[in-house]
Amino acid sequence: MTDKETKALQPKAKTEVTQPAESTRPGLVFTPDVDIFETDQEIMLLADMPGVKSQALNIDLHENILTLDGEVEPPESADERDLLREYRTGKFHRQFTLSQAIDQEKIEASMKDGVLRLRLPKVKAARPHKITVKAK
Amino acid sequence: MLWRRTTGWPTWDWTNPFDELDRMRREMDLLAEGLTRGLFREPVAGVFPLMNVTEDNDNYYVRAELPGINADDLDISVTGDTLTVSGERKIPDEDEKARYHRREREAGKFSRVIALPSQVDTAKVQAHYADGIISLILPKVETAKPKLIPVKTS
Repeated sequence: MTDKETKALQPKAKTEVTQPAESTRPGLVFTPDVDIFETDQEIMLLADMPGVKSQALNIDLHENILTLDGEVEPPESADERDLLREYRTGKFHRQFTLSQAIDQEKIEASMKDGVLRLRLPKVKAARPHKITVKAK
Repeated sequence: MLWRRTTGWPTWDWTNPFDELDRMRREMDLLAEGLTRGLFREPVAGVFPLMNVTEDNDNYYVRAELPGINADDLDISVTGDTLTVSGERKIPDEDEKARYHRREREAGKFSRVIALPSQVDTAKVQAHYADGIISLILPKVETAKPKLIPVKTS
C-alpha cells in the first residue's frame, strides 16, 4: 500500500506541546510522532521517542485515556560548549483516547532504538463479529 | 525585472503586481526570523538530520536524533574537517490487514555533510548509537586544541 520508492527525508523541528496537562516541572515537552494502526485483534502504536530509555518511559491507560510520557536526560556533559544547536531536547508527552475496550492485562510495550512499540489487544467483545446473512 | 535591474531605468517594465507583495512577505519573514533568533535557531541547514554540535577542549561532539535505524544502515565518514552522515530509515511494512489511524513517522534516505571548525583526528573518531541517538566524538588535532600560554614576569 505504500510506495516502494525511497524518498529523501526532510528535516522538521520537533513539535512542542502547546498546553502540557500538568507543567509542574520545568523543561520542554514535545509531541512524539506516532503511527497507529488497527487489526481485528489489536491496536498497535509506534512512537518515535529518541533519547528515551525503557526505564524512563511511562505508559498509562486509565478510563480509555492512554498517556505516554518519556523522560530524556540531556546528553551533553557540563563542560561542553554549544557550537550549533538545531534541535532541542526535552521530554515527550502525548495522550490518546481509545474508542475500544482494551485488555489491560495483555498490553505489551517494547522500546528499541528510541522507538516505542505498544501492542494493545482488544477485549473479545470488541473484536468485529462477522455476521453471516443466511439466504432462504 | 532583469531589464530594469541592469539598466536602472524607471518603471515601465512588466513587473508582476505580486512581486511587490512577495518582497513585502520576504521582509516580514526576515523580521520575524530576527525576533525568534534570540534563544534558539530553527533548522538552518534544511538538511536531515538536524544536528547539535558541541565542543570541549579536546573533542567535538556531534549528535543527531535518528530513532529506529539499523546501525548497519548508517554510513559515517570523516575527512579532515568534514563529517558526512548518511543512511536510510526504513519502516517495515506491517500486517497488510492493518488499518491506519495515524501515520506521522517517516521513512527515507538522508545524507548530510557538516564542516567542523577545525581538523579532527580521523583515526580516533568514535560513533555510538543508543536509544535512537547517534553521537560522535571527534578528537581535535593537537594544533586545534587551546594552549595555555604562561605569562612570564621578568
